[in-house]
Amino acid sequence: MERLTTYEIFISLIKAGLKVTIQVTFFAAILALVLGFISGLARMSRHRTIRFISGVYIEVFRGTSLLVQLFWIYFALPMMGIRLSALTAGVLAIGLNYGAYCSEVVRSAIQNVPVGQTEACIALNMTKTQRMVKVIIPQAFVMMLPNLGNQLIELLKSTSLVSMITLTDLTYQANILNATTFETTKVYTMLLVIYFIIGLPLSKGVKLLEAKVSEGRV
Amino acid sequence: MWNWDYAFSILPQILSALKITISATFVGFILALFLGLIFSVLVRSDIKIVSLAVKGIIQFIRNTPLLVQLYFIFYVFPKIGISLKPFTAGVLGLGIHYSTYLSEVFRSGIEAVPAGQWEVAKALNFSHIQAWIKIILPQVIPPIIPVIGNYLITMFKETPLLSAITLVEILQTAKILGAGSFRYLEGFTIVGIIFFLLSYPSSQLIKKLEVRLGAKN
Repeated sequence: MERLTTYEIFISLIKAGLKVTIQVTFFAAILALVLGFISGLARMSRHRTIRFISGVYIEVFRGTSLLVQLFWIYFALPMMGIRLSALTAGVLAIGLNYGAYCSEVVRSAIQNVPVGQTEACIALNMTKTQRMVKVIIPQAFVMMLPNLGNQLIELLKSTSLVSMITLTDLTYQANILNATTFETTKVYTMLLVIYFIIGLPLSKGVKLLEAKVSEGRV
Repeated sequence: MWNWDYAFSILPQILSALKITISATFVGFILALFLGLIFSVLVRSDIKIVSLAVKGIIQFIRNTPLLVQLYFIFYVFPKIGISLKPFTAGVLGLGIHYSTYLSEVFRSGIEAVPAGQWEVAKALNFSHIQAWIKIILPQVIPPIIPVIGNYLITMFKETPLLSAITLVEILQTAKILGAGSFRYLEGFTIVGIIFFLLSYPSSQLIKKLEVRLGAKN
């Protein structure tokens, strides 16, 4: 077989696997954000049952390993009659896992909004919902942005795990390419470079956000 | 659906693989601590090239997936004459990956030590090394212990990735058992429970420690 150049390997990896990696990252990130907000707010609910349920969700998904969750959803759930496609299983596992981590980000940001803000809302006769939606969450959201960005970078890296449930992402394609061309060094070096290229703007963005958010604050 | 007899029959095999998981965690952790400390000192180096190069390496390692790094160590290193056993390669991957996170923790810990402490060390005629060992590090380490502890738990939960490079730890054991019997539910559930039973109490312990250390300062 003709030897492939480094450039050709780079291109064929991107052509074959980038779409799935971006897809999984995108959908899992949205799921994680939504779950993070719901469970983060639920964790602070007045009702014990709601607090308890969200606590169980958060601790179970933070306390066990992502790969175990992924395998459980993909291999064990079918035994209970729930058969999911690899893409759904991957998005679900990563979304649920990172949702649990995001909930802590959401919760701690909301708790870090100064008490005076709540008091002012009460003084202005706002309802609880108004207080949350119009005053507390907008301020908390700005504070949580850098942390959410960091979670997104971790999430992007974790999408490589979906290659282990046969989803054809970048890592999966690299394994295939390695097996067919034996260009091991080039393939895995390029794979690292591609992940780095996708991740770098994200981490630079987070740095910028961090600076922006702390601007003018003590 | 759930078969108790089967669950109990595979439990001993999974538990015996726990040794591998736990030893990979600890060896990887020690390596990460050691490399992390070296990285954090090198980043502060006065030689511009060294500090820039180390920063670049840390950035690269942090922004690429551990799984791919494991593949790299396990499949590419042999091409340059370094063939490693799955355990060694796995521990090396874990250790290198998390050393970049720990170096960040050390860095912030070091920066939190007031400049006056360095000046005092100089005034008392301490050598650079003495200043590090006797004055700076004793102040750096206690406040970062909870953070480091959390990374230990994180690393423990990342060890299943080592199954990708053929290390037979608990997840891989469950997978092999599942492939033999076509029953995955029990094995993977047991593995999940084991992770939870070990990591949840540890994280609660660290929370307590954090409160305690916070109260002290």
